[in-house]
Amino acid sequence: MNPSSAESAKRGISFIVNGEAKKVLAHPMERLLDVLRNNLGLTGAKEGCGEGECGSCAVLLDDMLVNSCLIPIAQANGASVVTIEGMSAHSLMKPLQESFLECGGAQCGICTPGMILAAAHLLDKKLDPTLADIREGLAGNLCRCTGYMQIFEAVAKAARRRVTQ
Amino acid sequence: MRADPADYRLVSPGNLLGALSLLASEPAQWLPIAGGTDVMVLYSAGKLTNRNLIDIWNIPELRQIEVFPDRISIGAACTYTVLRQHEIVSREFSLLATAASWTGGIANQNRGTLGGNIANASPAADSLPALLVYDAVLTLISVRGERRVPYRTFHTGYKQTILAADELILNISLPRRFSKYFSHARKVGARNAQAISKVCLAALGQVANGAIRDVRLALGSVAPVPLRLNETEKMLTGKEIEPSLIDAARKSVLKEIRPIDDIRSTARYRSAVACNLVTEFLAKLAAEGAAA
Ligand SMILES: Cc1cc2nc3c(=O)[nH]c(=O)nc-3n(C[C@H](O)[C@H](O)[C@H](O)COP(=O)(O)OP(=O)(O)OC[C@H]3O[C@@H](n4cnc5c(N)ncnc54)[C@H](O)[C@@H]3O)c2cc1C
Ligand code: FES
Ligand code: FES
Repeated sequence: MNPSSAESAKRGISFIVNGEAKKVLAHPMERLLDVLRNNLGLTGAKEGCGEGECGSCAVLLDDMLVNSCLIPIAQANGASVVTIEGMSAHSLMKPLQESFLECGGAQCGICTPGMILAAAHLLDKKLDPTLADIREGLAGNLCRCTGYMQIFEAVAKAARRRVTQ
Repeated sequence: MRADPADYRLVSPGNLLGALSLLASEPAQWLPIAGGTDVMVLYSAGKLTNRNLIDIWNIPELRQIEVFPDRISIGAACTYTVLRQHEIVSREFSLLATAASWTGGIANQNRGTLGGNIANASPAADSLPALLVYDAVLTLISVRGERRVPYRTFHTGYKQTILAADELILNISLPRRFSKYFSHARKVGARNAQAISKVCLAALGQVANGAIRDVRLALGSVAPVPLRLNETEKMLTGKEIEPSLIDAARKSVLKEIRPIDDIRSTARYRSAVACNLVTEFLAKLAAEGAAA
């Protein structure tokens, strides 16, 4: 390999997206976010900042919450990715959706896919989160509309709803 | 301007030897990428000058934590999330677990690695003061072999380190002799997660018979490198914590630090906060000593 001509060839990337095996041809440094949106037509993950600060591009990568704008696609080779589109089957989806609606947890909706994924990631680990847990779990997700309190309340409500359901 | 992915290569050898061979094959041409939380930010901004990247995220030797009777060895590519969840780290090295909890949001903690924080060598990095007070030892590895170096000798200037172009940080070893110390960590920034520190402190101390038996202080963002306050520590050791000692400590801190003005803060503010953080720690240490 000659590094001075650092021209990269496209490469086959195989991974599981929302439970389905996918193969795409991409440059290894293409961002997971762009591959999801442009190659696979999954536009739920949004680009807010493009530098890891806002969480609007969040997805689950092998069950871990990550910002897809910071993941080169080669690092997702062989992994399992879940986007907001794949969350409909998740048992937390119904309580989260209902609580976000009731509490006014979404306005323009740009942050919402990331908020829901971050909330699901938190609730998967903590059955009965405190407000501090919720604030910490969502600290990487910025919202320009709601002022956050409605979102925190929605997540707390979803947690209670899950326990009683 | 945004980077064009066609201009970059990223190779995933998947094992340590493969990564080291590639690093050695073309000196200074290859840049490791672990969690990518520093590298990808540069890349996205079109500021990543290295065009050849080696993926070290999925190399098993870099991901393990080994516990020995006298030390713990943390693989360089262990994430903040792994550190926070590790029983021994959270129990005996709480300064490190606390710093991990500050390092961006959960998504960032799921990717960012301790080795990446060290190699990125920002004077504002949150984990590095903790490594200084815990007397961390780094194992650096290349095809030429391994060497063990005290972490305090790693940074030689602003963003300058002793890491050779063909080397990786293999692991970070911490001696298990601080679990009885009083420990205190504090970050001052716009907010804890998602904001780079204006000043951060990691401190350990032990009081016996009313006097300071041992004290270890390190600060971030007050010098070109993460800074251990050797002179202040020496001055404090053996003394009783009283107002005159705290005054002397504040003067000594000002002599040791070299803060600058930048977009996040001013040298004056950083000096005031550095002194206040050390004062706060000494007050808590005194209270701890009185209670013991
Ligand atoms: C939103 C956001 C918030 C952040 N907040 C904080 C914060 O509060 N505090 C803080 O300290 N940092 C923060 N960071 C910075 C970053 O997350 C940390 O520095 C992290 O530890 C970097 O680790 P990484 O594995 O992602 O590094 P990478 O980006 O993969 O690599 C960083 C550098 O280290 C080198 N490197 C990585 N691993 C090794 C190794 N084993 N051997 C040799 N070289 C290696 C790489 O070549 C590169 O030069 C933040 C970043 C983002 C995007
Ligand atoms: S777009 Fe990825 S974190 Fe903002
Ligand atoms: S609802 Fe608009 S950004 Fe959150």
